[in-house]
Amino acid sequence: MSSDLSALLYLAASVCFIMALRGLSHPTTSRQGNVFGIVGMVLAIGTTLMAPGVMSFGTILLGLLVGGAIGTVIALRIQMTALPQLVAAFHSLVGLAAVCVALATFYKPEAYGIGRVGDIQISSLIELAIGTAVGAITFTGSVVAFAKLQGLVSGAPLVFKMQHMLNAALGALVVVLLVLLCTTQEPVYLWILIAVTLLLGFLLILPIGGADMPVVVSMLNSYSGWAACGIGFTLQNNLLIITGALVGSSGAILSYIMCKAMNRSFISVILGGFGAEGEDGPAGSGGDDDRVVKSGSGDDAAFLMKNAGSVVIVPGYGMAVAQAQHTLREMVDLLKADGVNVRYAIHPVAGRMPGHMNVLLAEASVPYDEVLEMDEINRDFKSTDVVFVIGANDITNPAAKTDPKSPIYGMPILEVDQAQTVLFVKRGMSAGYAGVQNELFFRDNTMMLFGDAKQMCEKIVKSLEQL
Amino acid sequence: MSSEEFINKATDVANSARALSDEVASLASEASRLAVDTAGQSAGSPFIMGLTVLVLAVFVGYYVVWNVTPALHSPLMAVTNAISSVIIVGALIAAGPADVGFSEIMGFIAIVLAAVNIFGGFIVAQRMLQMFKKKQ
Repeated sequence: MSSDLSALLYLAASVCFIMALRGLSHPTTSRQGNVFGIVGMVLAIGTTLMAPGVMSFGTILLGLLVGGAIGTVIALRIQMTALPQLVAAFHSLVGLAAVCVALATFYKPEAYGIGRVGDIQISSLIELAIGTAVGAITFTGSVVAFAKLQGLVSGAPLVFKMQHMLNAALGALVVVLLVLLCTTQEPVYLWILIAVTLLLGFLLILPIGGADMPVVVSMLNSYSGWAACGIGFTLQNNLLIITGALVGSSGAILSYIMCKAMNRSFISVILGGFGAEGEDGPAGSGGDDDRVVKSGSGDDAAFLMKNAGSVVIVPGYGMAVAQAQHTLREMVDLLKADGVNVRYAIHPVAGRMPGHMNVLLAEASVPYDEVLEMDEINRDFKSTDVVFVIGANDITNPAAKTDPKSPIYGMPILEVDQAQTVLFVKRGMSAGYAGVQNELFFRDNTMMLFGDAKQMCEKIVKSLEQL
Repeated sequence: MSSEEFINKATDVANSARALSDEVASLASEASRLAVDTAGQSAGSPFIMGLTVLVLAVFVGYYVVWNVTPALHSPLMAVTNAISSVIIVGALIAAGPADVGFSEIMGFIAIVLAAVNIFGGFIVAQRMLQMFKKKQ
């Protein structure tokens, strides 16, 4: 196949990928978008298979079949609550694949027409080294993120002394290795570079806590794109550059949205350990926990909601942990049958990855037009009778608006404090991820429903059926 | 929405997509023609060409991704994850030669890893998107 034709086919594949992302602007066009993505990938692979240097079709087919089978089985079996760790695991594979491709290129540059072993074009070599470094960081960083999300290691931030110094030193070492590699073309520097960046990826993600994972997962998403981009430069392949840039900017935008929704700077999230910038005094927290809260039973909650005109449900990570979304939906169905207007309110950082809550609710067959974003619902809380907060905490804390000393001050919240009554489903009185006590628990119009989210929903369903 | 309306909408979208892709293709051929024209004079290095593509693609990505509805941010991650495995293109070339050496083995591993991602990413995205339904 002529190189012009294959370049055009690659271009068509790039356009397909753009259309795939564009389709996601609305649920009705999204499935079609996914088809565009698949077509683009088939075009990309098909075109490459027809390249003159590609001959070992048996091996390639074997690789595609093995990988495809593994991917298919995992994707079909995975529970929707385990999505964040699945995505993290997938990111790690992209990173590792980028490293493998870079190594293959380094040891056989003539296959890509960028020189000979020991005499690779300098620009290609720089791009290759950068692609390798980003790929390696993506790999180990994603492995750590996966382990944290899966609960294999503690989700708590792991901070130790000199951490930032160590990371900075490693970063400087990476630059030195890059220069050495490019000037000497010695393979040993590439291997050391890989080892150091693997370690760096590990160390970078370790200090970041569980609830900051939406940012981390988005960031690694972005990195996996930039890794592909770097390899694309080396191979002088526009498809890789375009796709890498799309993925890279997508991940970057998601990270930005998540940071903004927590009112934290990207840097402070990356440096890890929540409150690292405000350790001198987490004001307004602790100390006054002996105050009385009003706690109620499932029957009380059922009675309150059944007699309400409008109810807004605020789900959080606790709902995902308890797998409560299906029971919650049953509860809502009973309420709706009684003529109660029920809607859902989603905070951008609820859960462990962007859009996590939306997917879980969709899984429980909640229609997407009943699920509203923070900006759409916030002004309606004033006229809401009952807010049912299930497994969320910090994102409802009014201290974010009223207490300038609070570590979460300035974070946009769901203004549930404006509603007539607030019901909190929670396992205990522990503070949220930010380590701040929620003032709302102690208000007169708040009722705490202590217990597991799913069991509490079951109790409410039972009493709704009896009422 | 009735099925007829849906089909009409879908055809509209498909048509606009086709128009868009035609436009892009013509722009690209224009660009490559220009590139050939100017190659003689300024010898635009592959790096500069790549950089041009990169910057334009970042802009496209920026505007397209801001249009993605927040409700679909999880499927967005699954899809971007799948398409970033387009790195398989490099892996296929690496594994391509008939002889077997270090590079071919690395290429093969990369093919397997990328294939896991491609299949896994698109299927998980499809599973998620199937669940998003409107009120009956």
